[in-house]
Amino acid sequence: MNYIFQFGEILKPVNFDELLWGMLSTLRLSAESMVLSLAFAIVGAMLRTSGPKWAQALIGAYVEIIRNTPFLVQIFMIFFGLPTIGLRLDANGAALVAMVLNGSAYTIEIVRAGIESISAGQMDAAKAIGLRPLQSFRLVVLPQALKVMLAPLGSQFILLMLNSSIVSVVSADELMAAAQDVQSRTFRPFETYIIVFVIYFVVSMLFQAAFALIDRWAFAKAEQR
Amino acid sequence: MRTLTFSDIEFLVFAVRWTLLLSALAFAGGGIIGLIIALMRTARSLLPRYLAIAYIRVFQGTPLLLQLFLVFFGGDLIGLSLGPWLSAMLGLSLNAGAFLGEIWRGAIQGVSRGQREAARSLGLGYGPTMLFIVLPQALRLAVAPTVGFMVNLVKSTALASILGFVELVRAGQLLNNATFRPFLIFSTVAVIYFVICWPLTMASRRLEARLAQAYRR
Repeated sequence: MNYIFQFGEILKPVNFDELLWGMLSTLRLSAESMVLSLAFAIVGAMLRTSGPKWAQALIGAYVEIIRNTPFLVQIFMIFFGLPTIGLRLDANGAALVAMVLNGSAYTIEIVRAGIESISAGQMDAAKAIGLRPLQSFRLVVLPQALKVMLAPLGSQFILLMLNSSIVSVVSADELMAAAQDVQSRTFRPFETYIIVFVIYFVVSMLFQAAFALIDRWAFAKAEQR
Repeated sequence: MRTLTFSDIEFLVFAVRWTLLLSALAFAGGGIIGLIIALMRTARSLLPRYLAIAYIRVFQGTPLLLQLFLVFFGGDLIGLSLGPWLSAMLGLSLNAGAFLGEIWRGAIQGVSRGQREAARSLGLGYGPTMLFIVLPQALRLAVAPTVGFMVNLVKSTALASILGFVELVRAGQLLNNATFRPFLIFSTVAVIYFVICWPLTMASRRLEARLAQAYRR
Protein backbone atom coordinates (compact mmCIF):
# COMPACT_ATOMS: atom_id res chain seq x y z
CA MET A 1 0.00 0.00 0.00
CA ASN A 2 1.69 3.17 -1.18
CA TYR A 3 -1.08 5.64 -0.68
CA ILE A 4 -0.26 8.90 1.06
CA PHE A 5 -3.07 10.17 3.25
CA GLN A 6 -3.69 13.87 2.90
CA PHE A 7 -6.10 15.04 5.51
CA GLY A 8 -4.65 18.57 5.47
CA GLU A 9 -6.65 19.66 2.45
CA ILE A 10 -9.95 18.65 4.04
CA LEU A 11 -9.13 20.19 7.40
CA LYS A 12 -8.57 23.57 5.74
CA PRO A 13 -11.24 26.01 6.92
CA VAL A 14 -12.93 26.34 3.55
CA ASN A 15 -13.62 22.61 3.39
CA PHE A 16 -13.95 21.76 7.05
CA ASP A 17 -16.40 24.59 7.64
CA GLU A 18 -18.59 23.23 4.91
CA LEU A 19 -18.62 19.87 6.68
CA LEU A 20 -19.51 21.50 9.98
CA TRP A 21 -22.31 23.41 8.28
CA GLY A 22 -23.43 20.13 6.81
CA MET A 23 -23.56 18.61 10.28
CA LEU A 24 -25.62 21.53 11.56
CA SER A 25 -28.04 21.10 8.66
CA THR A 26 -28.24 17.40 9.40
CA LEU A 27 -29.05 18.14 13.03
CA ARG A 28 -31.65 20.73 12.09
CA LEU A 29 -33.29 18.40 9.58
CA SER A 30 -33.29 15.53 12.09
CA ALA A 31 -34.64 17.67 14.91
CA GLU A 32 -37.39 19.11 12.74
CA SER A 33 -38.43 15.72 11.48
CA MET A 34 -38.28 14.22 14.96
CA VAL A 35 -40.54 16.90 16.42
CA LEU A 36 -43.02 16.70 13.54
CA SER A 37 -42.96 12.87 13.57
CA LEU A 38 -43.63 12.83 17.27
CA ALA A 39 -46.55 15.23 16.91
CA PHE A 40 -48.06 13.15 14.10
CA ALA A 41 -47.28 9.94 15.96
CA ILE A 42 -49.15 10.98 19.09
CA VAL A 43 -52.27 11.71 17.05
CA GLY A 44 -51.66 8.62 14.92
CA ALA A 45 -51.17 6.31 17.88
CA MET A 46 -54.28 7.70 19.56
CA LEU A 47 -56.34 6.97 16.46
CA ARG A 48 -54.63 3.60 16.03
CA THR A 49 -55.53 2.48 19.55
CA SER A 50 -58.90 4.12 20.14
CA GLY A 51 -60.07 5.79 16.93
CA PRO A 52 -62.83 4.65 14.59
CA LYS A 53 -62.32 1.33 12.80
CA TRP A 54 -61.52 2.88 9.41
CA ALA A 55 -58.90 5.19 10.95
CA GLN A 56 -57.27 2.25 12.74
CA ALA A 57 -57.08 0.32 9.48
CA LEU A 58 -55.78 3.33 7.56
CA ILE A 59 -53.00 4.06 10.03
CA GLY A 60 -52.13 0.37 10.27
CA ALA A 61 -51.76 0.22 6.49
CA TYR A 62 -49.65 3.39 6.44
CA VAL A 63 -47.29 2.03 9.08
CA GLU A 64 -46.89 -1.29 7.26
CA ILE A 65 -46.29 0.32 3.87
CA ILE A 66 -43.64 2.70 5.16
CA ARG A 67 -41.88 0.10 7.29
CA ASN A 68 -41.70 -2.47 4.52
CA THR A 69 -40.26 -0.28 1.75
CA PRO A 70 -36.80 1.34 1.59
CA PHE A 71 -36.43 4.98 2.59
CA LEU A 72 -34.54 5.59 -0.65
CA VAL A 73 -37.58 4.59 -2.70
CA GLN A 74 -39.80 6.78 -0.54
CA ILE A 75 -37.67 9.83 -1.19
CA PHE A 76 -37.61 9.08 -4.93
CA MET A 77 -41.39 8.86 -4.88
CA ILE A 78 -41.64 12.22 -3.18
CA PHE A 79 -38.95 14.06 -5.10
CA PHE A 80 -39.44 12.59 -8.59
CA GLY A 81 -42.89 11.01 -8.40
CA LEU A 82 -45.02 13.71 -6.83
CA PRO A 83 -44.17 16.46 -9.38
CA THR A 84 -45.74 14.34 -12.13
CA ILE A 85 -49.06 14.56 -10.31
CA GLY A 86 -48.58 18.27 -9.76
CA LEU A 87 -46.92 18.49 -6.35
CA ARG A 88 -43.48 20.00 -6.71
CA LEU A 89 -41.14 20.24 -3.72
CA ASP A 90 -37.56 21.49 -3.67
CA ALA A 91 -34.83 19.15 -2.44
CA ASN A 92 -34.94 20.32 1.17
CA GLY A 93 -38.72 20.25 1.28
CA ALA A 94 -38.84 16.77 -0.20
CA ALA A 95 -36.20 15.61 2.29
CA LEU A 96 -38.17 16.92 5.23
CA VAL A 97 -41.46 15.45 3.99
CA ALA A 98 -39.82 12.08 3.35
CA MET A 99 -38.20 12.01 6.76
CA VAL A 100 -41.38 12.98 8.58
CA LEU A 101 -43.41 10.46 6.59
CA ASN A 102 -40.88 7.74 7.34
CA GLY A 103 -40.18 8.75 10.93
CA SER A 104 -43.88 8.97 11.83
CA ALA A 105 -44.48 5.33 10.93
CA TYR A 106 -41.77 4.17 13.31
CA THR A 107 -42.68 6.68 16.00
CA ILE A 108 -46.36 5.67 15.90
CA GLU A 109 -45.32 2.16 16.90
CA ILE A 110 -43.18 3.48 19.75
CA VAL A 111 -45.95 5.74 21.05
CA ARG A 112 -48.50 2.97 20.67
CA ALA A 113 -46.36 0.58 22.69
CA GLY A 114 -46.01 3.33 25.30
CA ILE A 115 -49.76 3.91 25.50
CA GLU A 116 -50.52 0.21 25.63
CA SER A 117 -48.08 -0.26 28.50
CA ILE A 118 -50.30 1.93 30.70
CA SER A 119 -52.94 -0.19 32.39
CA ALA A 120 -56.56 0.32 31.38
CA GLY A 121 -57.35 1.06 35.02
CA GLN A 122 -55.70 4.46 34.61
CA MET A 123 -58.17 5.43 31.90
CA ASP A 124 -61.06 4.15 34.04
CA ALA A 125 -59.84 6.07 37.07
CA ALA A 126 -59.50 9.26 35.01
CA LYS A 127 -63.03 8.79 33.74
CA ALA A 128 -64.25 8.18 37.27
CA ILE A 129 -62.94 11.52 38.48
CA GLY A 130 -64.78 13.19 35.63
CA LEU A 131 -62.10 13.80 32.99
CA ARG A 132 -63.16 13.76 29.37
CA PRO A 133 -61.45 11.14 27.14
CA LEU A 134 -59.03 13.62 25.56
CA GLN A 135 -58.22 15.12 28.94
CA SER A 136 -57.52 11.76 30.51
CA PHE A 137 -55.31 10.88 27.57
CA ARG A 138 -53.38 14.14 27.79
CA LEU A 139 -53.16 14.41 31.58
CA VAL A 140 -53.02 10.80 32.74
CA VAL A 141 -51.92 8.36 30.06
CA LEU A 142 -49.48 10.43 28.01
CA PRO A 143 -47.21 11.63 30.85
CA GLN A 144 -46.81 8.07 32.10
CA ALA A 145 -46.33 6.64 28.63
CA LEU A 146 -43.66 9.26 27.96
CA LYS A 147 -41.40 7.62 30.52
CA VAL A 148 -41.65 4.26 28.77
CA MET A 149 -41.13 5.91 25.39
CA LEU A 150 -38.08 7.95 26.28
CA ALA A 151 -35.39 5.36 25.54
CA PRO A 152 -36.84 4.09 22.24
CA LEU A 153 -37.47 7.67 21.11
CA GLY A 154 -33.82 8.45 21.78
CA SER A 155 -32.65 5.56 19.60
CA GLN A 156 -35.22 6.58 17.02
CA PHE A 157 -33.71 10.05 16.85
CA ILE A 158 -30.22 8.65 16.28
CA LEU A 159 -31.54 6.30 13.58
CA LEU A 160 -33.33 9.22 11.97
CA MET A 161 -30.14 11.27 11.97
CA LEU A 162 -28.11 8.45 10.42
CA ASN A 163 -30.84 7.80 7.87
CA SER A 164 -30.92 11.46 6.90
CA SER A 165 -27.64 10.85 5.05
CA ILE A 166 -29.76 9.19 2.36
CA VAL A 167 -31.48 12.45 1.40
CA SER A 168 -28.14 13.48 -0.10
CA VAL A 169 -29.28 11.59 -3.23
CA VAL A 170 -31.60 14.48 -4.04
CA SER A 171 -28.85 16.87 -2.87
CA ALA A 172 -30.73 18.32 0.06
CA ASP A 173 -28.51 20.28 2.46
CA GLU A 174 -26.93 17.97 5.00
CA LEU A 175 -23.60 16.44 5.98
CA MET A 176 -23.42 13.67 3.38
CA ALA A 177 -24.14 16.11 0.54
CA ALA A 178 -21.51 18.46 1.96
CA ALA A 179 -19.08 15.54 2.00
CA GLN A 180 -19.77 14.80 -1.65
CA ASP A 181 -19.21 18.46 -2.46
CA VAL A 182 -15.90 18.54 -0.58
CA GLN A 183 -14.63 15.30 -2.08
CA SER A 184 -15.39 16.43 -5.62
CA ARG A 185 -13.46 19.64 -4.97
CA THR A 186 -10.44 18.06 -3.26
CA PHE A 187 -10.36 14.74 -5.15
CA ARG A 188 -9.81 13.07 -1.77
CA PRO A 189 -12.89 10.89 -1.30
CA PHE A 190 -11.45 8.50 1.24
CA GLU A 191 -10.06 11.18 3.55
CA THR A 192 -13.27 13.20 3.29
CA TYR A 193 -15.46 10.24 4.14
CA ILE A 194 -13.20 9.19 7.01
CA ILE A 195 -13.55 12.62 8.59
CA VAL A 196 -17.30 12.63 8.02
CA PHE A 197 -17.46 9.13 9.50
CA VAL A 198 -15.78 10.43 12.65
CA ILE A 199 -18.13 13.41 12.80
CA TYR A 200 -21.22 11.21 12.56
CA PHE A 201 -19.83 8.78 15.11
CA VAL A 202 -18.95 11.46 17.66
CA VAL A 203 -22.34 13.14 17.30
CA SER A 204 -24.30 9.92 17.65
CA MET A 205 -22.24 8.89 20.70
CA LEU A 206 -22.89 12.29 22.26
CA PHE A 207 -26.60 11.93 21.69
CA GLN A 208 -26.57 8.42 23.07
CA ALA A 209 -24.83 9.64 26.22
CA ALA A 210 -27.24 12.57 26.51
CA PHE A 211 -30.29 10.33 26.15
CA ALA A 212 -28.88 7.92 28.73
CA LEU A 213 -28.50 10.81 31.17
CA ILE A 214 -32.03 12.11 30.50
CA ASP A 215 -33.33 8.59 30.94
CA ARG A 216 -31.57 8.14 34.25
CA TRP A 217 -32.77 11.54 35.43
CA ALA A 218 -36.36 10.81 34.43
CA PHE A 219 -36.36 7.45 36.15
CA ALA A 220 -34.80 8.87 39.30
CA LYS A 221 -37.62 11.43 39.38
CA ALA A 222 -40.16 8.71 38.84
CA GLU A 223 -38.85 6.65 41.72
CA GLN A 224 -38.94 9.55 44.14
CA ARG A 225 -42.69 9.81 43.78
CA MET B 1 -37.83 9.65 -24.22
CA ARG B 2 -39.80 6.55 -25.11
CA THR B 3 -42.93 4.94 -23.81
CA LEU B 4 -43.06 2.36 -21.10
CA THR B 5 -43.64 -1.13 -22.41
CA PHE B 6 -44.38 -4.44 -20.83
CA SER B 7 -40.80 -5.60 -21.27
CA ASP B 8 -39.72 -2.63 -19.13
CA ILE B 9 -41.79 -3.87 -16.23
CA GLU B 10 -40.29 -7.27 -16.87
CA PHE B 11 -36.81 -5.71 -16.67
CA LEU B 12 -37.77 -4.31 -13.28
CA VAL B 13 -39.07 -7.60 -12.00
CA PHE B 14 -35.94 -9.39 -13.17
CA ALA B 15 -33.75 -6.87 -11.36
CA VAL B 16 -35.28 -8.27 -8.17
CA ARG B 17 -32.99 -11.27 -8.36
CA TRP B 18 -30.00 -8.97 -7.75
CA THR B 19 -31.71 -7.48 -4.75
CA LEU B 20 -32.47 -10.95 -3.45
CA LEU B 21 -29.00 -12.28 -4.19
CA LEU B 22 -27.35 -9.29 -2.54
CA SER B 23 -29.61 -9.69 0.51
CA ALA B 24 -28.83 -13.39 0.76
CA LEU B 25 -25.08 -12.95 0.43
CA ALA B 26 -25.02 -10.02 2.85
CA PHE B 27 -27.04 -12.11 5.28
CA ALA B 28 -24.59 -14.99 4.97
CA GLY B 29 -21.58 -12.70 5.40
CA GLY B 30 -23.26 -10.77 8.17
CA GLY B 31 -24.18 -14.05 9.83
CA ILE B 32 -20.58 -15.19 10.00
CA ILE B 33 -19.38 -11.84 11.32
CA GLY B 34 -22.38 -11.61 13.63
CA LEU B 35 -21.69 -15.00 15.18
CA ILE B 36 -18.08 -14.05 15.85
CA ILE B 37 -19.15 -10.70 17.33
CA ALA B 38 -21.82 -12.36 19.48
CA LEU B 39 -19.33 -14.91 20.83
CA MET B 40 -16.76 -12.19 21.50
CA ARG B 41 -19.40 -10.04 23.15
CA THR B 42 -20.33 -12.85 25.55
CA ALA B 43 -16.75 -13.98 26.17
CA ARG B 44 -15.41 -14.02 29.68
CA SER B 45 -12.23 -12.04 29.07
CA LEU B 46 -12.39 -8.30 28.65
CA LEU B 47 -10.44 -7.72 25.44
CA PRO B 48 -12.72 -9.56 23.00
CA ARG B 49 -15.73 -8.13 24.78
CA TYR B 50 -14.55 -4.54 24.38
CA LEU B 51 -13.53 -5.12 20.78
CA ALA B 52 -17.00 -6.45 20.01
CA ILE B 53 -18.64 -3.50 21.77
CA ALA B 54 -16.49 -1.08 19.81
CA TYR B 55 -17.36 -2.82 16.55
CA ILE B 56 -21.06 -2.66 17.27
CA ARG B 57 -20.89 0.98 18.37
CA VAL B 58 -19.03 2.07 15.26
CA PHE B 59 -21.32 0.32 12.80
CA GLN B 60 -24.50 1.29 14.59
CA GLY B 61 -23.33 4.85 15.16
CA THR B 62 -22.60 5.84 11.57
CA PRO B 63 -24.74 5.89 8.43
CA LEU B 64 -24.74 2.72 6.33
CA LEU B 65 -24.39 4.81 3.17
CA LEU B 66 -21.12 6.20 4.48
CA GLN B 67 -19.89 2.72 5.39
CA LEU B 68 -20.58 1.61 1.84
CA PHE B 69 -18.68 4.61 0.44
CA LEU B 70 -15.72 3.89 2.69
CA VAL B 71 -15.54 0.27 1.55
CA PHE B 72 -15.93 1.39 -2.06
CA PHE B 73 -13.14 3.99 -1.93
CA GLY B 74 -11.11 2.09 0.64
CA GLY B 75 -10.75 -0.83 -1.74
CA ASP B 76 -9.13 1.42 -4.34
CA LEU B 77 -6.79 2.65 -1.66
CA ILE B 78 -5.19 -0.71 -1.00
CA GLY B 79 -5.06 -1.43 -4.70
CA LEU B 80 -8.16 -3.60 -4.83
CA SER B 81 -10.76 -2.29 -7.20
CA LEU B 82 -13.79 -3.80 -5.54
CA GLY B 83 -16.42 -2.32 -7.80
CA PRO B 84 -20.02 -1.69 -6.79
CA TRP B 85 -21.09 -5.32 -6.44
CA LEU B 86 -18.33 -6.47 -4.10
CA SER B 87 -18.26 -3.22 -2.11
CA ALA B 88 -21.99 -3.41 -1.54
CA MET B 89 -21.77 -7.02 -0.45
CA LEU B 90 -18.82 -6.41 1.85
CA GLY B 91 -20.24 -3.18 3.31
CA LEU B 92 -23.65 -4.68 3.95
CA SER B 93 -22.08 -7.77 5.53
CA LEU B 94 -19.95 -5.70 7.88
CA ASN B 95 -22.99 -3.66 8.86
CA ALA B 96 -25.29 -6.67 9.24
CA GLY B 97 -22.60 -8.32 11.38
CA ALA B 98 -22.94 -5.57 13.98
CA PHE B 99 -26.72 -5.80 14.14
CA LEU B 100 -26.86 -9.60 14.09
CA GLY B 101 -24.07 -9.72 16.66
CA GLU B 102 -26.13 -7.58 19.00
CA ILE B 103 -29.30 -9.62 18.42
CA TRP B 104 -27.53 -12.93 18.93
CA ARG B 105 -25.70 -11.69 22.00
CA GLY B 106 -29.13 -11.14 23.55
CA ALA B 107 -30.16 -14.65 22.55
CA ILE B 108 -27.00 -16.21 24.00
CA GLN B 109 -27.45 -14.32 27.23
CA GLY B 110 -31.09 -15.40 27.28
CA VAL B 111 -30.03 -19.01 27.74
CA SER B 112 -29.85 -19.54 31.46
CA ARG B 113 -26.40 -19.54 32.99
CA GLY B 114 -27.02 -22.91 34.62
CA GLN B 115 -27.00 -24.57 31.23
CA ARG B 116 -23.48 -23.42 30.58
CA GLU B 117 -22.32 -24.31 34.08
CA ALA B 118 -23.87 -27.77 33.83
CA ALA B 119 -22.11 -28.37 30.52
CA ARG B 120 -18.81 -27.26 31.99
CA SER B 121 -19.22 -29.49 34.97
CA LEU B 122 -19.82 -32.42 32.64
CA GLY B 123 -16.35 -31.70 31.33
CA LEU B 124 -17.29 -30.08 28.02
CA GLY B 125 -14.89 -27.42 26.78
CA TYR B 126 -15.87 -23.98 25.49
CA GLY B 127 -16.38 -25.14 21.89
CA PRO B 128 -18.67 -28.10 22.58
CA THR B 129 -20.54 -26.18 25.29
CA MET B 130 -21.37 -23.42 22.83
CA LEU B 131 -22.00 -25.68 19.87
CA PHE B 132 -24.14 -28.35 21.54
CA ILE B 133 -25.67 -26.65 24.55
CA VAL B 134 -25.90 -22.87 24.31
CA LEU B 135 -26.29 -22.07 20.61
CA PRO B 136 -29.12 -24.56 19.91
CA GLN B 137 -31.12 -23.05 22.74
CA ALA B 138 -30.19 -19.50 21.76
CA LEU B 139 -31.38 -20.24 18.22
CA ARG B 140 -34.96 -20.47 19.43
CA LEU B 141 -34.76 -17.01 20.97
CA ALA B 142 -32.93 -15.56 18.00
CA VAL B 143 -35.23 -16.59 15.15
CA ALA B 144 -37.92 -13.91 15.49
CA PRO B 145 -35.63 -10.86 15.76
CA THR B 146 -33.34 -12.27 13.07
CA VAL B 147 -36.21 -12.56 10.63
CA GLY B 148 -37.21 -9.03 11.61
CA PHE B 149 -33.71 -7.84 10.83
CA MET B 150 -33.86 -9.47 7.40
CA VAL B 151 -36.52 -6.92 6.48
CA ASN B 152 -34.05 -4.17 7.30
CA LEU B 153 -31.34 -5.88 5.32
CA VAL B 154 -33.50 -6.22 2.20
CA LYS B 155 -34.37 -2.54 2.46
CA SER B 156 -30.71 -1.64 3.00
CA THR B 157 -29.68 -3.26 -0.27
CA ALA B 158 -31.43 -0.32 -1.97
CA LEU B 159 -28.40 1.78 -1.01
CA ALA B 160 -26.22 -0.34 -3.29
CA SER B 161 -27.90 1.57 -6.13
CA ILE B 162 -26.06 4.71 -5.02
CA LEU B 163 -22.77 2.90 -5.61
CA GLY B 164 -24.06 2.14 -9.10
CA PHE B 165 -24.94 -1.51 -8.63
CA VAL B 166 -27.94 -2.38 -10.77
CA GLU B 167 -30.44 -3.87 -8.38
CA LEU B 168 -34.11 -3.03 -8.09
CA VAL B 169 -33.84 0.70 -7.33
CA ARG B 170 -31.08 1.35 -9.86
CA ALA B 171 -33.07 -0.55 -12.48
CA GLY B 172 -35.98 1.73 -11.65
CA GLN B 173 -33.78 4.80 -12.03
CA LEU B 174 -32.44 3.61 -15.40
CA LEU B 175 -35.94 2.94 -16.60
CA ASN B 176 -37.06 6.33 -15.35
CA ASN B 177 -34.26 8.06 -17.22
CA ALA B 178 -35.45 6.48 -20.44
CA THR B 179 -39.20 6.79 -20.04
CA PHE B 180 -39.71 9.48 -17.42
CA ARG B 181 -42.62 7.89 -15.61
CA PRO B 182 -41.26 8.26 -12.06
CA PHE B 183 -44.54 7.86 -10.21
CA LEU B 184 -45.45 4.61 -11.90
CA ILE B 185 -41.94 3.18 -11.84
CA PHE B 186 -41.05 3.97 -8.25
CA SER B 187 -44.40 2.84 -6.96
CA THR B 188 -43.88 -0.46 -8.79
CA VAL B 189 -40.45 -0.68 -7.14
CA ALA B 190 -42.03 0.06 -3.76
CA VAL B 191 -44.68 -2.60 -4.31
CA ILE B 192 -42.00 -5.18 -5.16
CA TYR B 193 -40.10 -4.38 -1.96
CA PHE B 194 -43.31 -4.59 0.00
CA VAL B 195 -44.08 -8.01 -1.46
CA ILE B 196 -40.65 -9.22 -0.32
CA CYS B 197 -40.60 -7.56 3.10
CA TRP B 198 -44.14 -7.84 4.35
CA PRO B 199 -44.24 -11.65 4.61
CA LEU B 200 -40.98 -11.47 6.55
CA THR B 201 -42.44 -8.88 8.91
CA MET B 202 -45.52 -11.02 9.45
CA ALA B 203 -43.44 -14.14 10.01
CA SER B 204 -41.29 -12.34 12.53
CA ARG B 205 -44.35 -11.09 14.38
CA ARG B 206 -45.92 -14.54 14.44
CA LEU B 207 -42.71 -16.17 15.69
CA GLU B 208 -42.44 -13.55 18.38
CA ALA B 209 -46.01 -14.12 19.53
CA ARG B 210 -45.42 -17.86 19.62
CA LEU B 211 -42.27 -17.43 21.68
CA ALA B 212 -44.03 -15.11 24.10
CA GLN B 213 -46.76 -17.70 24.51
CA ALA B 214 -44.24 -20.44 25.18
CA TYR B 215 -42.78 -18.34 27.95
CA ARG B 216 -46.10 -17.53 29.52
CA ARG B 217 -46.76 -21.20 30.17
